[in-house]
Amino acid sequence: MTVLCLVERDGDGVADASLRALSLARELAVSAGGDVAAVLFSGEVFSGDGLSGDTGSGAGAAEQELAAFGIADAYLVAAGDGYAPAAWARGLAELAVTCAAAAVVAAATDRGSEVLAHLGAITGQPVAASCISARWVAPGYCELVRQRWAGSLLEDAALEATLALLTVAADAVPAQPAAAVTDVRVQPFRPEIADADLRVRAVESAEPSAGVSLATARVVVGGGRGVGGPEGFEVLEELAGLLGGTLGVSRVVTSQGWRPHRQQVGQTGTRISPELYLACGISGAIQHMAGCLSAQHIVVVNTDPDAPIIAHADYAVIGDLSQVIPALVAAIRDRAGAA
Amino acid sequence: MEIGVCVKRVPMVGGRIVVTADGQDVDTRMSGFTISPHEECAVEEAVQIVEREGGSVTVLTLGPPEAADQLRDMLALGAQHALLLETDGREWGPMATAAAIADAVTRRADSGEPPYDLLLFGNEAADTGDYQVAIRVARALGLPVASGIKRLTLTGAGGGGGAQASREYRGTQETYDLTLPAVVSVKEGINLPRYPSLPGRLRAKRVKIDVFRPDWQPEGLRKTGLRLPPETSGRAQILGSGVDAVPALVALLDELGVLS
Repeated sequence: MTVLCLVERDGDGVADASLRALSLARELAVSAGGDVAAVLFSGEVFSGDGLSGDTGSGAGAAEQELAAFGIADAYLVAAGDGYAPAAWARGLAELAVTCAAAAVVAAATDRGSEVLAHLGAITGQPVAASCISARWVAPGYCELVRQRWAGSLLEDAALEATLALLTVAADAVPAQPAAAVTDVRVQPFRPEIADADLRVRAVESAEPSAGVSLATARVVVGGGRGVGGPEGFEVLEELAGLLGGTLGVSRVVTSQGWRPHRQQVGQTGTRISPELYLACGISGAIQHMAGCLSAQHIVVVNTDPDAPIIAHADYAVIGDLSQVIPALVAAIRDRAGAA
Repeated sequence: MEIGVCVKRVPMVGGRIVVTADGQDVDTRMSGFTISPHEECAVEEAVQIVEREGGSVTVLTLGPPEAADQLRDMLALGAQHALLLETDGREWGPMATAAAIADAVTRRADSGEPPYDLLLFGNEAADTGDYQVAIRVARALGLPVASGIKRLTLTGAGGGGGAQASREYRGTQETYDLTLPAVVSVKEGINLPRYPSLPGRLRAKRVKIDVFRPDWQPEGLRKTGLRLPPETSGRAQILGSGVDAVPALVALLDELGVLS
């Protein structure tokens, strides 16, 4: 019983979301006494025919991480240059037949989700998206739990499929290395890729980075409807600067055009996981909370003691942010001046 | 330019989701309905393209008879036509949904109406988050597809032949060249959707909504129940009220190690 797991790269290594997907893939494989095989695409890192990169085996630094996650077999698939979602899906479909795989798992990233959707269409199988756990209870029959509403609701589901296709909700599944380190055997795999599968392919181009990234910021100062208008964000940005963080906003703020969408925290914006999320004038709609529940500490400034966000917060100040935040900025400046 | 936009009626859940007593559905007795945020942007994108290039926007949905309300909302934003793929209220899976949409697109082309040059979707529905209907529709129709798109530019004379679709990928931007007709799923942020105007609302009332009733199909992924995730935290510790709480807040920030 083989479970194939699509592994995306991050630089030379394995993307964090894929380590989490490998952890769920292992849970699934173990439930039926099987193994996980990792699937990497050579075109993601190397150009040309892709198997003879600088790192020798072709899988490079990723190999060590796969070893720590107990992967004995890794396939390096040559599905053309760069990233073409349909070609990757075609490669996975062919590999699944070759290995007689019973499941294909991928992280629910942009790429993982779309490659598995193509694979579902190619094979005529259902895809269970955003799973947080899965196990086989009989051949061809899985029980799983998956997220709805970006994790604000859980669905218990049964998946009946000759090839189980699952994506993994990365922020809800921890990356757990295996009990024992394995030797990874990397094998090349060359599927038949039709020109039609290469028709839609990514051309990457650099995008200028804009200061502290919201997704990886250590501190995020959030502003919502309670900020009252576009001019109210200046003092929040000043506070974010003092705390070495960045500004994040709720959906109503971007819908009103007060701030650009790239600053939105939420289900349809950016998911954040800072050490501190200081949420000001945000009521806590589930659309917003889906983006910030990975924060280690949530501190709220809100006039309404019954706002839904307070049920998710660690600390709260009940008050008007237009008074509290300028006073907080002044206090932090005084403290710095006195030091 | 003929554009079809697919939207989904979803509950407006606000601050809290309530599950029905039988654990099978979201309790919507106290909530209104809307469409998924990404789809609002898909409709806006379609309306803007047609304002520039000419043509018409048809908004499609698969859902219960009440989903006509969401179609009217989209007509008020500037879509010209609407098609309701009417269900009996059962939840449809992504495979059956995609098959019904692909059938509707084929039926339109067969009927002699101008075929769609572009089919737009939201990247994923706000409720079920299946991330696959657009891709399954594209593959059923043999059309190129790009998903998660945050910028869409038509290329060729009069926006004729193709489109460039871009999205973010780990701090870089990746671009896909598509030949039309094509399928594109978009994400919020591609544009800022407008609010409906009064004339728009009046016009929307007069548009006849086409209705077709596809057959429900079972699929291999079956919901057995819905439940809320375990609470992540209890109620917050209240540090105080107004500016009087500032010293306690500063002490807390210091304790958390975020003051330099």
